Amino acid sequence: MKRRDFLVKSAGLGLAGALVPHFGGLNAVGLPAEEGKYDLAAVRGGEAADMFEKAMEALGGMGKFVTSGQKVLVKPNIGWDAPPERAANTNPDLINRIVKSCLDAGASEVVVFDHTCDQWDRCYRNSGMEESARGAGAKIVPGNNESFYREVSLPQAKKLKSTKVHKELQEADVFINVPVLKHHSSTTVSLAMKNLMGVVWDRGYYHGNDLSQCIADFLTYCKPDLNIVDGYRMMTRNGPRGVSVSDVADLKALIAGKDIVAVDAAATMMFGRKPHEINHIRIADEMGLGTMKLDQLAIKRIKMG
Amino acid sequence: MIYKILKKSRTIIALAVLVLTFVLFIDIYEWIPEDTFDSILYLQFVPSFLHFLAVFSLVTAGGFLLILLLTLLVGRFYCSAICPLGILQDVVTRVARWRSKKKRFFKYKKPHPVLRYTFLGIMVLAILLGGGWIVSWLDPYSIAGRSFTYLFKPLVVWANNGVLVPVLQKFEVYSVYHQNLILPYLVPTLLTLALTGAIGYFAWKRGRLFCNTICPVGTFLGEVSRFSLLKVKFDQDKCTRCGKCSGVCKSECINIKEYSVDTTRCVTCFNCLEICPESALSLTPAKKQNAAESSVNQMKPVDVAANSVGHDGNRRKLLVTGLALMAGGRIHALKKNKMPESQKDLLRNEKDHPVAPPGCKSIARFNEVCTGCSLCVAACPTGVLQPALAEYGLSGFMQPHMDYSTSFCNFDCNKCGEVCPTGAILPLPIEEKQVTQMGKAVFVKQNCVVYTDETDCGACSEHCPTKAVDMVPYKNGLMIPQVDQSICIGCGACEYPCPVNEPFKAIYVNGNAVHQEAEKPETGEKQEVDHEEDFPF
Repeated sequence: MKRRDFLVKSAGLGLAGALVPHFGGLNAVGLPAEEGKYDLAAVRGGEAADMFEKAMEALGGMGKFVTSGQKVLVKPNIGWDAPPERAANTNPDLINRIVKSCLDAGASEVVVFDHTCDQWDRCYRNSGMEESARGAGAKIVPGNNESFYREVSLPQAKKLKSTKVHKELQEADVFINVPVLKHHSSTTVSLAMKNLMGVVWDRGYYHGNDLSQCIADFLTYCKPDLNIVDGYRMMTRNGPRGVSVSDVADLKALIAGKDIVAVDAAATMMFGRKPHEINHIRIADEMGLGTMKLDQLAIKRIKMG
Repeated sequence: MIYKILKKSRTIIALAVLVLTFVLFIDIYEWIPEDTFDSILYLQFVPSFLHFLAVFSLVTAGGFLLILLLTLLVGRFYCSAICPLGILQDVVTRVARWRSKKKRFFKYKKPHPVLRYTFLGIMVLAILLGGGWIVSWLDPYSIAGRSFTYLFKPLVVWANNGVLVPVLQKFEVYSVYHQNLILPYLVPTLLTLALTGAIGYFAWKRGRLFCNTICPVGTFLGEVSRFSLLKVKFDQDKCTRCGKCSGVCKSECINIKEYSVDTTRCVTCFNCLEICPESALSLTPAKKQNAAESSVNQMKPVDVAANSVGHDGNRRKLLVTGLALMAGGRIHALKKNKMPESQKDLLRNEKDHPVAPPGCKSIARFNEVCTGCSLCVAACPTGVLQPALAEYGLSGFMQPHMDYSTSFCNFDCNKCGEVCPTGAILPLPIEEKQVTQMGKAVFVKQNCVVYTDETDCGACSEHCPTKAVDMVPYKNGLMIPQVDQSICIGCGACEYPCPVNEPFKAIYVNGNAVHQEAEKPETGEKQEVDHEEDFPF
């Protein structure tokens, strides 16, 4: 493909960054910061696990999030009975490295689960997640039964006044949210905030009661300590399940940060969309649950190889 | 001595067959490979015969011929050691004998030829004229299958969820896990319970009474065994008429007064041969004796049977429908959504046809061939296959249908076709299954929350494996579903998660009477990425 053709095509994909001549150049938004003190890290061009390591350096290392003896929940997207190449689920290699990193930081236990959409045991198996997470030393638990979920109330929420949350989240000291960069046919993007629908039991309530508001409302109950958007593979259309591998672009990107709204705002721009166009991101920003104003954050941009 | 070994072998074979068959129905962790199902059930007589009629292949469905040959050799060994319902009855009989304080003995009883040949006639006509629902109530394998699926499997799941899982998960063993306890409708469960209970009661009191009075397979194989090579014979010189043989004969077919064994009722269990202290009974090649000597019955003309099947179909249909409606809601452990008040004035879903499983070809064909053994219901990983009540009408009562209120069909699964022993659900390669259109999604805009509440939803489109249900711009930045039926396969992945309650779903699957081939979704071009690109922020 000629570069010119590519630019025409990628306009649709929205890699608008292509228009910025020098990375970290004048057009780049955000504030300066010292290494290890950035609010947001964005990496491109490496393998999933390596990009994660680079991002963590910028954010201050895993030790800043996990201390010795803590119990960690790593919540990937394992929603679909699809292999890693389809990018319907989070990259299992990335999860493997995150789990190891948590254990290296002294975590007493790392738990991995998702409340899947397709039949859960096939999702765990065919996504490669079960093998990969367990191989790294995580405890992988099911999310398929209501008995794992406990009612919580969300007094500050507008629609989602109460919901049932998986006990592993309620018992965890540290919550690391690892969605995959995906298109979504209804909410346009499925990123860190949307991924949190996998820790509640009754998703149907969200859909029947203003989906976008409910997604934002959940943050009034709990915000992850760290969000890592896996953009190693990116589902560019037909999300969130995808139809075939041609829905997937090999983007080789990763965005990480503590502020879930900011992380989603940055990831949204990888689709060529503006954060305020995404209802749940805009609502969360308006409710003060995080910020989508990236120019107020210190962003570390890293390009590998 | 030889008879002791024969009887032992019969018991071992029977127990092995029963356990293997039972395990197929309660395989909640999907440990059994799909391709072994067919081998284990290969010898089941009625499924094998129907399967043969469906595919005309002796390799996939030749079991019934082997059974015929076996019967011509030693009589009704099928009934003794292969039929799961027969073996189950023996288990009940054994328990009954073991439970009772004083030893229980069977006695010779007269046969019931009218009943036997009537049921046989009904069965033959049902198979010839395509009355699958009749076959399903008479075939012993299918009766046993339903008791496994609707009575035993829920117990196994319950034990798994209530005992095994909590205990092992306390020790952080997560290789066992909760199974969704999907209880079938009340009517199928009660009917299965009633039928199994009645047969069990007969077995408790009278051994193989069911097999020798009602079961058409038993009667048919009994007729075949008139011509079998080896038969149980008395040696009148040795016999002391001690009655031990008759006392252990669960078929109640040994008449010591006349030194005769009713071959048509004998299930070749070898009990009498093993127990006879004088070796007066033997399994010997039939000499040129008159077959009638050993049998007391006369064949009844088939028209007796013909009269008894001429039911008023409509009345029966009404009755079943009424019953089904009365039984109404099911008891299952899945959660219902709380719906807001705003959703009223909704349109009721009107389905022209129910959705039949992939591999059926057509609903009519499926209704003819399926015996309702419910193995597919037990094996279906998502639980979407459930017994039909009135969905197919009377002809498909208790046959499985795709129940999208319980679950939806996994795009990458074709297990039902792999396990079906009758060929009612033919096996489909996964690529073919993925374009087999069982029905078509119908979008009802008036019911959709995007329309009624003007909020985001898209649950239907999220789950759709082919994106036949896609979201298109609506208003205020909202997206609303749009269906492309040409690529829809009717899997129900849209209907199931739709947050609107039944029967007012905003999207539902209307079954195809004849299954169609859907078009493959267009995949489009993969988007290339230039890794020299910078960040868009």
